[in-house]
Parts: sequence; structure tokens; C-alpha cells
Amino acid sequence: MYSPKVMEHFNNPRNVGVVENADGVGEVGNPVCGDVMKISIRVAEDRIADIRFQTLGCGAAIATSSIITEMARGMSLEEAAGITKKDIADALDGLPPQKMHCSVLAADGLRAAIEDYRKRDSRLRV
Amino acid sequence: METPSVYLDCAATTPVDPRVFEAMSPFFSGRFGNPSSLHASGRDARTALDEARESVAASIGANDPTEVLFTGGGTESDNAALIGIVSKAAPTGGHVVVSAFEHHAVLEPAHRLEGRGYDVTYLAPRRDGCIHAEDLEAAMRADTVLVSVMHGNNEIGTIQPIAKLADVAHEGGALMHTDAAQTLGKVEVDVRQMGVDAASFSGHKIYAPKGIGALYVKRGTPFEPLLTGGGQEFKRRSGTENVAYVVGLARAVEIMLEERETEAPRLSLLRDRLLEGITNAVENSEPTVASGERLPNIAHVVVKGVEGESMLLQLDHLGVAVSTGSACSSGSLEPSHVLLSIGCPPEVAHGSLRLSFGRFTTEADIDYFLEKFPAIVEGLRSMSPVYQRMYGSSGTEHPVTAQS
Repeated sequence: MYSPKVMEHFNNPRNVGVVENADGVGEVGNPVCGDVMKISIRVAEDRIADIRFQTLGCGAAIATSSIITEMARGMSLEEAAGITKKDIADALDGLPPQKMHCSVLAADGLRAAIEDYRKRDSRLRV
Repeated sequence: METPSVYLDCAATTPVDPRVFEAMSPFFSGRFGNPSSLHASGRDARTALDEARESVAASIGANDPTEVLFTGGGTESDNAALIGIVSKAAPTGGHVVVSAFEHHAVLEPAHRLEGRGYDVTYLAPRRDGCIHAEDLEAAMRADTVLVSVMHGNNEIGTIQPIAKLADVAHEGGALMHTDAAQTLGKVEVDVRQMGVDAASFSGHKIYAPKGIGALYVKRGTPFEPLLTGGGQEFKRRSGTENVAYVVGLARAVEIMLEERETEAPRLSLLRDRLLEGITNAVENSEPTVASGERLPNIAHVVVKGVEGESMLLQLDHLGVAVSTGSACSSGSLEPSHVLLSIGCPPEVAHGSLRLSFGRFTTEADIDYFLEKFPAIVEGLRSMSPVYQRMYGSSGTEHPVTAQS
């Protein structure tokens, strides 16, 4: 039911862990639903310089987290915040319909990290 | 090294035993007759069918072979029992009790009856994984027509006190059905001792093929057939009999009973070895049901802070087949209704694992699983953002070292 690409990312997840002294951290989902994703980023010149994830969840949750870190690295914050669930699913050669919520979670997690960065950044400027 | 193949999902299905296959094989091309035909070919098929029925009837303790109908599988048997008995016994409506952790093959026909105006009580098991007689007593109503409680639960493996429950049902004026798909040949199944009016059986859980099952209907029990047509199976299940598969089912039951005395203790040892091995090697893991009578061939555990499907996929990658009650495996967002029904919190149910094994499982298979499993759990927990927070011994979060 999973594409070979999903399985490849599940079996060899990229960028697992936390960015030290992260500029932004986003955590979405909850254990009751079975999925929790935490994405941490380091930002340099308005671009994502480093990104790592930690995920509790199913195969699709881990694969979507892994691929979004690859997609977002080097992107401008605006581009990264614009990554959609469809972009993620497409990058994985598709996801089963009942697993689409995992790609939503990954996109939300990244947006939450960017949001967190922007909040901290605006506080610094005040 | 070649990936080994360790199949620990025998509660889902089993391979056809070569002895079963051998018994079946003459009935595809050579002895292909229709049991309803009068000629020699038909009589030959009829004889095989009758012998198979007598054998199955004797194995389950039925009074008479005519109480055994062959069906297209456990699901059909359950549907025929619920819809067939209730429609005939109470055509204008009434009350039905089913346990909340039945297989969907019982729950769905119960929903259908509800849709037709019947009241249905979904009786919850207790935390011990059992339906208690006093709880059933409290659920009974004056108009209760049928009680259906499975004999052995297909996920957690607990055995239900069917004889006691049947007494309660009968005292309340209701009939009693049990789904014995998981127990036939594994623990004692005697329809008279259990006191049931109907019981469902499945072939592919006991090394017969998929697509064959049986339904015991005690003589005198009201029953309206699901399938009508040529009047086969004593007018209770029309359709030309699947003689080859019926012969296979009968042979499969015979082998189960012949070998049960040695096989049940062997499997129980494998089960206990698995449970002990897992809980010793993996922190925050425990048997889902601590004690009580259980199927010898199912070990069910909850592994906290890990999602079941990710364990399943990693095991699959190493050649080990298991199943899980996590939401993600089921295609819905809810974890297993069985685990929720016994009061297992959703976040724990997501980390459940069912290991079920059988005739072809060896100690080496269990050892291979136990060798590989702890590292899988450790790897997944180290990837989790919440494991330390939720279950860590210090209660504080330790960031996982970044790795590329």
C-alpha cells in the first residue's frame, strides 16, 4: 500500500533529531491520535539553514517528516511555509488516502516551527 | 544474508497444511461430482460430504450431523447466525446482546439488525478481557432474543466463559451464539458443554483454505436461511456444496484434535517465552491481559510510546510478519475497538502488537523475533519527540542527539 519511496524514507529517515540552539520549534499532533511531530529549524538570511525532526507515528508519519526536511532545507521561509500536503504526497510518489492526514501534519509542523521563529524574531526586534 | 521469513500472524490466517491439501486434491478434477446428483459421481461426492459432516459434528460435540452447515467462511457463519436466528425467532423486533469486542463479522450484522428496528446492547468486557456473567445478567431484557459472545478473542486471545453466559442467556429466555473461529482445535470446543444454540467456525484459521466455514445450529433453533435456492444443507444454506473445501475443513479439524494434546502446551510455552522475552528486554512494555485463560497461540503486548504500524513495518523489513491494533493499520483514525473496549487508553492501544503463531512456528522463529525486536523499539523511541517526556524515568526531556 506504500510506495517504494515512502518505504525508503521510513527505513532510512533523513535529518532525525533536534537542531541545537534552534531558532524555531514546532510540535503538532498528540499521542491520543497516535501521531506527534516536532520540527526544529535554524534560520540564516531568511532561509532554512538546518532542519531536523522527531516523530512518533506510523510509517507515513515518519516518511512525510523525513521528506519535508529534505524539501525545506535551503528554502526561503516563505517558500517553506507554502509547502502543501499535496507537495509532500507527490514527493513521496503518493500516499494512501487514509494517510493523507500525515502529510497535513508534516506541513503543519514545519509551519509551526516557522511561526515560532517569527515570534521570537519579532520579540528580538522590539 | 537472505532475509528469513518468520510468520507470526496465524490469528489472521494460516497456510494450508499439506495433509489437508492432499485430502482435498482428489475432489477438484477426479471426484468432482455434485452431491445432489443421483448418479455414481454424485453419490461419491455425497458420501464424501456426509463423512466430512459427521467428522466435524463429532469433533464439536454436536448431537447430530444435520446440526452442522458448511458455509463460505466464518463471516458468513456469523451473519447467518445473527440475522438468521433473530429474523426467525423475533420477526417483529426485540433485543439482542453482543459483546463490544466481537469480530466485525458479528458487529456489522448487529448494526444491520439495529437498522431494521431491533435494539442491540454492545456489552463491554472488563479490563481482564472477559465478559462477566453478572454484566450479561444486567443487560438482559424481557424481550432479549439472542446473545452472541465470542469464544476466544481474536486480538487479545482471552477465552470467554461461554457455558456460564449461555446459562444466563437461557434463564432470560434468549438463545446463545458463539463465534468460535479462533478456538476450534486450540482449546476444548464442545457445543453441548458450552450449552450454545449456535456456533461459528472458520477453516483458514486451522490450516484449511480460506473460503470455508461451518455453522452449528442446534436442532430446534429458529433459523431463517440467508441464501435460498436449491435447498442444499437441509434447506439452510443453498448453493452447490464446496466438497473439496468441506473435505479439507474436516481433515483440518481432525488434525487439530489429534495434535492438540502436544501442540497446545508447545504453543503456550512459545507464548510465555515471547511475553517474558519482550517484557524483560523492552522497558514500558507489558502483556495486554495479565492473566486468565487465554488462547495458547496469541501473545498480545502493548509497547508504550511506540506506534504499532511503525513496529510492524520495521519487523516486516526484517522478514517478520505481525499485526497491530493501532489506528494507522486499520485505515480508520481509531485504534482497535477490542483494546478500547477493555479500557486500554488510545495512546497505549496505538502501540499494541499481536503475535500469533501455530503449527509451523519454531523456537528459532521466536528467538529471531526476540533478538531483533528490542532494537526496533529503541530506535523508534529515540525518534519520538514525546517518549522521554511521557515515559522517561527522570520525567524530563532529553533531546536526542542529532544525526544525519
